[in-house]
Amino acid sequence: MGNDKPKLKLAVYWGAACGGCCVSVLDVHEKLFDVVANADLVFWPIALDVKYKDVEEMPDQHIDVTLFNGAVRNSENEHIAKLLRQKTKIMIAYGSCAHMGGIPGLANFSTKEELYKRVYEDSESTENAQKVYPQTETTIAEGKLTLPNFYKDVCTLDQIVDVDYYLPGCPPQTERLVEVFMAVVTGAELPPKGSVIGAGSKVQCDECKREKVNKSGITRFYRTWEKEDDGKTCLNEQGFLCMGPATRNGCGVRCVEGNAPCRGCYGPLDGIPDPGAKMMSAIASMLNEKEEGDIQKALDTVVDPAGTFYRFSLPGSILRRKQS
Amino acid sequence: MTNMNTEQWSPKIVAFFCNWCTYTASDLAGVSRLRYAPSTRVIRVMCSGRIDPEFIMEAFAKGADGVLIGGCHPGDCHYSEGNYKCLRRYDLLQRYIEQMGIDTRRLRLEWISAAEGKKLQEVVNEMTNTLKEIGPSKIKHVVETIEK
Repeated sequence: MGNDKPKLKLAVYWGAACGGCCVSVLDVHEKLFDVVANADLVFWPIALDVKYKDVEEMPDQHIDVTLFNGAVRNSENEHIAKLLRQKTKIMIAYGSCAHMGGIPGLANFSTKEELYKRVYEDSESTENAQKVYPQTETTIAEGKLTLPNFYKDVCTLDQIVDVDYYLPGCPPQTERLVEVFMAVVTGAELPPKGSVIGAGSKVQCDECKREKVNKSGITRFYRTWEKEDDGKTCLNEQGFLCMGPATRNGCGVRCVEGNAPCRGCYGPLDGIPDPGAKMMSAIASMLNEKEEGDIQKALDTVVDPAGTFYRFSLPGSILRRKQS
Repeated sequence: MTNMNTEQWSPKIVAFFCNWCTYTASDLAGVSRLRYAPSTRVIRVMCSGRIDPEFIMEAFAKGADGVLIGGCHPGDCHYSEGNYKCLRRYDLLQRYIEQMGIDTRRLRLEWISAAEGKKLQEVVNEMTNTLKEIGPSKIKHVVETIEK
């Protein structure tokens, strides 16, 4: 091709993640040819057999861009986050978990002891009469076996290492990733460090096509199975809790387009440290009730407020975790 | 805001008072020379409806032992509806902080009119005593310390 420009070196890593973010990278489909024409993938556990040792042997700043997805919840996640930070020029927190803690971050509502008891003793499919729990070291006849240390707290990536950019979403929209990637490849001017990239700068509602009609407020909330959506009116006005008013746009309002309320995976807008606080504020303004009893009755229909408003953002929120 | 040992410790309350009622009540308490616990750090806002839940979380995260919100009585809001918004936010926040393992007595809402300097004195004293019973808040420590 006569292109003598050195290829970009790209790494993708998963911490505490479901794997969906890695799949969103694969979802570039035929654009993958553009990606590999411009970049060498030097580390990607889901797709390539590159060992941690190989990364350790790379010179510092060897990798141009790392897409780190997943939260940091054990010593292995932390070790690789720090290692990749050292080896990488541009560290991107990719997806809701690296950005704000994500779904694994909901573990911050429980203590490590509660989690272990549930998973290794109480869960319906578990039989563990000897109460065997994971140990960081176990000696057997063949030698010593080790496991990463499971932390008490789930952390966002930026609570562990310095992060250059955030690319939100659960998972991020693949089109946005391609845009960001092409911007890096073409050497376009990058936004200031710490920016959220590959997303919009307004709320979901700004893009949402649903009509807002009901000016008089609402008196209760419904879970999605409790009532039929009319398909055209604002979901919040119908009483379905939609995180749109407190969530950054950029995904194309894809949940609402699919007739499901926004769950808030794109996180808050610039300058907002806590998406849940803003959503609580919005909910209180939407409700109509003025008497204490009526308000309590209306709020009874908001099942699990903390889990709903911080579904993707508990470790990154102001209070960060449940007090214990 | 660091907590000394318990002997010297006295609670710190961040108080958000609305300009038209509760802040004026605290003025009245002052000019009437009513003595009350020196535990509040008052922040004047134009309306209790201006108090974003974020302010309250920030106060707890920065070391407040309690947060007191003071607004006009229902029906008396200078902006007609702000205090109702405040009440709904407060009720929702109470549910949230309970889920976050925070004693709900650390957050209190009171309607105190401009003429109720006496009520302000009572509320602050009462809340200070309650917080003394509960003890110092550990929220700041938990927020700032990542446990591995």
